[in-house]
Amino acid sequence: MPNSYADLLREAREQVREVSAAEAATAREADPRVVLLDVREETEWEAGHAAGAIHVSKSYLEQDIEGAVPERDRPIVIYCAGGIRSLFAGQILRSLGYTNVASMAGGFQSWKAQGLEWDMPRILSEAQKHRYSRHLLIPEVGVEGQGRLLDAKVLLVGAGGLGSPAALYLAAAGVGTIGIVDFDVVDVSNLQRQILHTTDRVGERKVESARKTINALNPEVNVVGHEEMLTEANVERIIAGYDVILDGTDTFETRYTVNDAAVAAGIPVVHASVFRFEGQLTVFKPFEGPCYRCLYPTPPPPELAPGCSVAGVLGIVPGIMGMLQANEVLKLILGLGDSLAGRLLLFDALDASFTELRLKRDPACPVCSDAAVAARAAGESPATASPADSGVFTLGGSYGAGTPGAGVRGADGAAGVIGAGVDGTGTGEAAGVDGAGVDGSVGGPVA
Amino acid sequence: MSTVRIPPVLRGAALGEKQVEVEGATVGEVLAALVARYPALGTQLLTPDGELNRFVNVYVDGQDVRYLQERETPVAPTDTVIILPAMAGGG
Repeated sequence: MPNSYADLLREAREQVREVSAAEAATAREADPRVVLLDVREETEWEAGHAAGAIHVSKSYLEQDIEGAVPERDRPIVIYCAGGIRSLFAGQILRSLGYTNVASMAGGFQSWKAQGLEWDMPRILSEAQKHRYSRHLLIPEVGVEGQGRLLDAKVLLVGAGGLGSPAALYLAAAGVGTIGIVDFDVVDVSNLQRQILHTTDRVGERKVESARKTINALNPEVNVVGHEEMLTEANVERIIAGYDVILDGTDTFETRYTVNDAAVAAGIPVVHASVFRFEGQLTVFKPFEGPCYRCLYPTPPPPELAPGCSVAGVLGIVPGIMGMLQANEVLKLILGLGDSLAGRLLLFDALDASFTELRLKRDPACPVCSDAAVAARAAGESPATASPADSGVFTLGGSYGAGTPGAGVRGADGAAGVIGAGVDGTGTGEAAGVDGAGVDGSVGGPVA
Repeated sequence: MSTVRIPPVLRGAALGEKQVEVEGATVGEVLAALVARYPALGTQLLTPDGELNRFVNVYVDGQDVRYLQERETPVAPTDTVIILPAMAGGG
């Protein structure tokens, strides 16, 4: 007399203990050794599964369970969609010598119905698998890493010489959202280095030009334009929600503004600056390494800090530095490698040399020190705050007294015009190239 | 003689030199020798009181002298002293 399905099911129920979804969740919370084993088919697993579960399809259970759970005494709660397949799977595990096996009554349907935590695994479309195949082949990246990139939001402050190459590689890598802060328009003199833009787009807004180039390369990227000058008044709103900030601006004002807000928001800033044949690069990771004010508590006077529009720059130097910034951004998103936090990398194009300097957090930093954080928490305005209504950006108020040119320093030598709304965020060309920053020391021989 | 690297923005004040050799057993002595040779550097590196400007960092053997012994930081003849002011250029 052959057994019927009903006979087999009855036999399985006699052999395999059943637990409710709530009991399984409680047991797992109490004991991390408890394994939640999903035995459904691949397509069912991909449509969502219990948080923290492992997956071995019932068809491969005998073959694969020893690899997935080598310890025969480990408590295992098996589930399927409704609680039947898991009972039969329980019999298989018992026959393989697993001693503590239970089946979840009601399966995943019951788990979800009770509001227990479940995950949707990252599924890449066929087009994505093809596009990002070289990433997927790297074990350290894989589907999970690519998923992180697709979910990531990166803010580029400036779509100029540094932002251009960075934007291209971040877009190519599949970074899901690229925000761009820039209120400038494309000028023909930008094209020597700002490779996001093209000759036929001269006069077009940079944010729009960037969007076209980025989406031509990768239509999947969501480009968010912030076409405004970054100021203390709007910085908090603009940077909110971004995972990483890439600082490619041309002025100290904007760099300090970005720094202070990013420290307060806990967002890492990948920083680079360039001058003629040389570049500097580091990562400011709030509270793990120094911030910009730890490194440079006060900005130099304008004559010692001309921007590219005054001093000039070999076009490829921001190209190289911007790509190194993108590399640091990708590492931060993927959680791989050692970031440049706490290290300043100098690049000299003429020597083709890199020099690394060690940086430290300043225990007296007005922005990221414990005292500064406590003061912020207590609602006090930071020591660096500039008088909001004066229209003049006074950097380093409490400690900058006596600094030559204290008060306003435009990287483009635009002394005194910052409060007038010139070039807070743009990459230079629109700014007051008024010559205030150029004297013999700048115009002298270079090397 | 220690090697001092002059940042690009200050080279105009140092007759275009990128790297110079100067005498000095401490950072203070090295800077003093440098300023003696290129007086135009003085106002750019130092405050009227002779202190290092806060927007200029000096590194000996890759370390910021602010966290060593500041101007008293020893400089060995094999050391390279790097002078590095902040720069903001974004390209």
